[in-house]
Amino acid sequence: MEGRAFQKIYTQLESITKATISLRAKGVANDELATVAGRLAQVVKIKGDLITLQVFSGTEGIATNAEVSFFGDPPSLMVSEELSGRFFNAYGDPIDNGPAVEGEKRYIGGPSVNPYRRKQPSELIPTGIAGIDLNNTLVSGQKIPFFADPDQPYNQVMAMVALRADVDKIILGGMGISNDDYLFFKQSFENAGALSKIISFVNTTEQPPVERLLIPDMALAAAEYFAVDKNEKVLVLLTDMTLYADALSIVSNRMDQIPSKDSMPGSLYSDLAKIYEKAVQLPDGGSITIIAVTTLSGGDITHAIPDNTGYITEGQLFLRTDSDTGKVIVDPFRSLSRLKQLVIGKKTRDDHNYVMNAAVRLYADAANAKTKLENGFDLSDYDNRCLEFAKEYSTKLLAIDVNINTTEMLDTAWDLFRKYYSPAELGIKESIMNKYWKN
Amino acid sequence: MKTTGKVTGIIANLVTIEVDGPVAQNEICYIDLSGTKLMAEVIKVNGKEAYVQVYESTRGLKTGDTAEFEGHMLEVTLGPGLLSSNYDGLQNNLETMEGVFLKRGEYTSPLDMEKLWHFIPTAKPGIEVSAADWLGEVKEGWLPHKIMVPFVYKEKYILKSIAPEGDYKVSDKIAVITDSDGTDHELTMMQKWPVKVAITAYHDKPRPYRIMETGVRCIDTFNPIAEGGTGFIPGPFGCGKTVLQHAISKQAEADVIIMAACGERANEVVEIFTEFPELIDVHTGRHLMERTTIICNTSNMPVAAREASVYTAMTIGEYYRSMGLRVLLLADSTSRWAQALREMSNRMEELPGADAFPMDLPAIISNFYARAGLVNLNNEKTGSVTFIGTVSPAGGNLKEPVTESTKKSARCFYALSQNRADKKRYPAVDPIDSYSKYLEYPEIISDLSTRVNKDWVEKVLKGKNIILRGKEAYEQINILGDDGVPIEYHRKFWKSELIDFIILQQDAFDKVDSVTSLERQEYMYSLVIDICEKDFPFEDFEECGNFYKGLINILRQMNYSEFKSENFNKYLEQLNKEINNGR
Repeated sequence: MEGRAFQKIYTQLESITKATISLRAKGVANDELATVAGRLAQVVKIKGDLITLQVFSGTEGIATNAEVSFFGDPPSLMVSEELSGRFFNAYGDPIDNGPAVEGEKRYIGGPSVNPYRRKQPSELIPTGIAGIDLNNTLVSGQKIPFFADPDQPYNQVMAMVALRADVDKIILGGMGISNDDYLFFKQSFENAGALSKIISFVNTTEQPPVERLLIPDMALAAAEYFAVDKNEKVLVLLTDMTLYADALSIVSNRMDQIPSKDSMPGSLYSDLAKIYEKAVQLPDGGSITIIAVTTLSGGDITHAIPDNTGYITEGQLFLRTDSDTGKVIVDPFRSLSRLKQLVIGKKTRDDHNYVMNAAVRLYADAANAKTKLENGFDLSDYDNRCLEFAKEYSTKLLAIDVNINTTEMLDTAWDLFRKYYSPAELGIKESIMNKYWKN
Repeated sequence: MKTTGKVTGIIANLVTIEVDGPVAQNEICYIDLSGTKLMAEVIKVNGKEAYVQVYESTRGLKTGDTAEFEGHMLEVTLGPGLLSSNYDGLQNNLETMEGVFLKRGEYTSPLDMEKLWHFIPTAKPGIEVSAADWLGEVKEGWLPHKIMVPFVYKEKYILKSIAPEGDYKVSDKIAVITDSDGTDHELTMMQKWPVKVAITAYHDKPRPYRIMETGVRCIDTFNPIAEGGTGFIPGPFGCGKTVLQHAISKQAEADVIIMAACGERANEVVEIFTEFPELIDVHTGRHLMERTTIICNTSNMPVAAREASVYTAMTIGEYYRSMGLRVLLLADSTSRWAQALREMSNRMEELPGADAFPMDLPAIISNFYARAGLVNLNNEKTGSVTFIGTVSPAGGNLKEPVTESTKKSARCFYALSQNRADKKRYPAVDPIDSYSKYLEYPEIISDLSTRVNKDWVEKVLKGKNIILRGKEAYEQINILGDDGVPIEYHRKFWKSELIDFIILQQDAFDKVDSVTSLERQEYMYSLVIDICEKDFPFEDFEECGNFYKGLINILRQMNYSEFKSENFNKYLEQLNKEINNGR
């Protein structure tokens, strides 16, 4: 990102807060970039000739006579095939000691796809994890986050899903991830020999938080290039969106905006939607699928960040540790893939929907039985069978270390049904029972 | 001469403009951004400063850029060709826009200006007419689309001449009316109307007196909505708000469906775009799309247009109501609209109300709901707009401002429960918290007793009571244990489960189960209530549970079979055998 030649340099700041500075200048456009004492900044408010700039790397040490020069352009990214296999920072500058990328300049955070031109997502993305493929099937063009407590192995699961998915490009947007996690991603992509199809935009915890605000737009600008221009299937990984939202609240706070729920900005829903809605199935075959991570505090999904996210995304995947088996599982109750109906029973076997629902219902009965047990009541024969079923269901299907195909998952479920239940207890449509209930 | 102005300040999509002449609240203006015209609406005026909300991204806008004021509020264009169209929140036709991406400043015509419509005059020259009086009609698909005196002509006029039967474009002159001063006004088949003003060109608005069939059992049987009524569906995410709304839109007994996708997911709208042209309307046998208009402002489209989208949808609804049609308007979700109001109020630095929403939120919501209703037209025909909105309460907490404000205006309340959704009991409408005020209307009670069954409402209340008793029994069983309560508790619990599984739960993805006609609902519900009225002897609670589970399984198979088909009757026989064994 370079400035224009012969631009005017301003040297008189009117005010400085922790994240913004203001100065008087003329002919400045909304959203345009500038440098303030060499640091990148963006215009966020114009009032007459008083311009407020958000300084991405923070304002520590900036003096009232700092040099400010405007670019005349909003943030952009150079796009071309050269992006593949590269690592960048939040500004789109290489951090892998490689050369700068040459290509076409694209403004980030561009317009949205005309909903009428979108195609209905219909391609299944298999992951081998039954908690996902069986109960919460992913579809290309979908946007879905992992809801996980910070101690859950969400980055590992996400890397696993990414590497197993059949896609042309994987774009990682790392926001406030630890350096260790950054290296973990790099390592697992390298080990899988997949580095050439990976592009990373990373802001680690060591870097200023406000910089994170650029990461999703950078990652998605690159994704749109490959999906729209090259008709490729692109998977975008965004971790961790909670830290992104935190950065939003820092900026809105510095701009004296009235906070809404949980001290988040009132525009949180629109801000997050602008990112997630970039997920799309395009008419010419390209697609952008977004898998994100939203970390929770103490499993609380009513907090403004997961709550708004849930209303935007097409479902959520909930990770939790099953205390009975000690395994990390994809929670069948709280997890949901809204697009699964588009593929299950169509791209998978016809019993998929029925098996999925019956298994989850029986797992819920087991949860009831467990409550009874904890309250010290006698268990019925049915309760005991449910508890046994739940244990096997959890280890053989829900656990994230399972790696089998969907048909094997369905067969496993039928085996469990036969082992523990009578046909009437399943409540499955008779035509399906006749086909798959074999003694 | 138009008022013009210069941009003096920009914060996101709130722009201040210094004006050189008069401006009106809610007036529309266009800001010139190096040749691209950005549409905006005045939301506050302070001295020479007009505050406008821009319906597009303001990226690249500078102070000093010029603006031109149009002298009218945000309007929609009404005329034949609205049905089966897909509009954005400002009524731009999405289908005729070029390219994959939405281009800022690209506005497309809502109506096809070239298409010829076969006009048949129905009014005779010389009669007295006024706003909304029918002059003639064209066939829009299968629907008789009335050509009316435009709503702005509020006085009395004499119809001077009317065009003969023939093919006309929407902009062709079809009639001339003369006002009391002797001035002639030429009329075409299209007219404009400001979206934020209700169309009141009807005789009166009586209380709703008929129920509207939706094919969804937990609504029709338990908490029916009236034709011209209002209802809302609040629920946490993942509880099936959208699936329920889509089910209603596919099956409802209405002539025209208007879907306002307001700040929600684009893929959900794509689902409608993809499915509706294929699906068949159960009532008319025509393609669903023929009776549907989609107003789509998805969550990534400009925020300010989100607010406009629900008004655009309502105005189109009122237009079709004036033709004597039954219109169903669905908005998903009204919370996103309220949030758009909040974002603007925040940028204008207004003092906030609860949860930072604007203070007048309850008034805005109730004004909007009040625009729905059944009306008697001036020609003694009736038309209706039934409105169902969804609400997305933050954190699933129903004590938040949007839900509370809506509860005061809407007459039906369909609360989606997280608990039921977790158990996959769909539709997750809570049978105890939800209500329909229409069940208390004497007009509705008598409508139901003639249309469905003589003691229907009484029966419905009986079922609701069984559900309530079942819940109480379930709580007791949980506290005292299966053995710790008399068998009667188990019996009560299982009776409520029977109603829950067979009547309340419905598989929206099964071809047969997803739609249940009123006749079938009456049959199944009576069957289930009859079983509930029998007391079977049981040795212990396990026998009780197993017996009812058996009945539930058979009844479910009935739900999956075509009504009164061979299969259906086979299961019915099985059911009767089980019941006889049980006593």
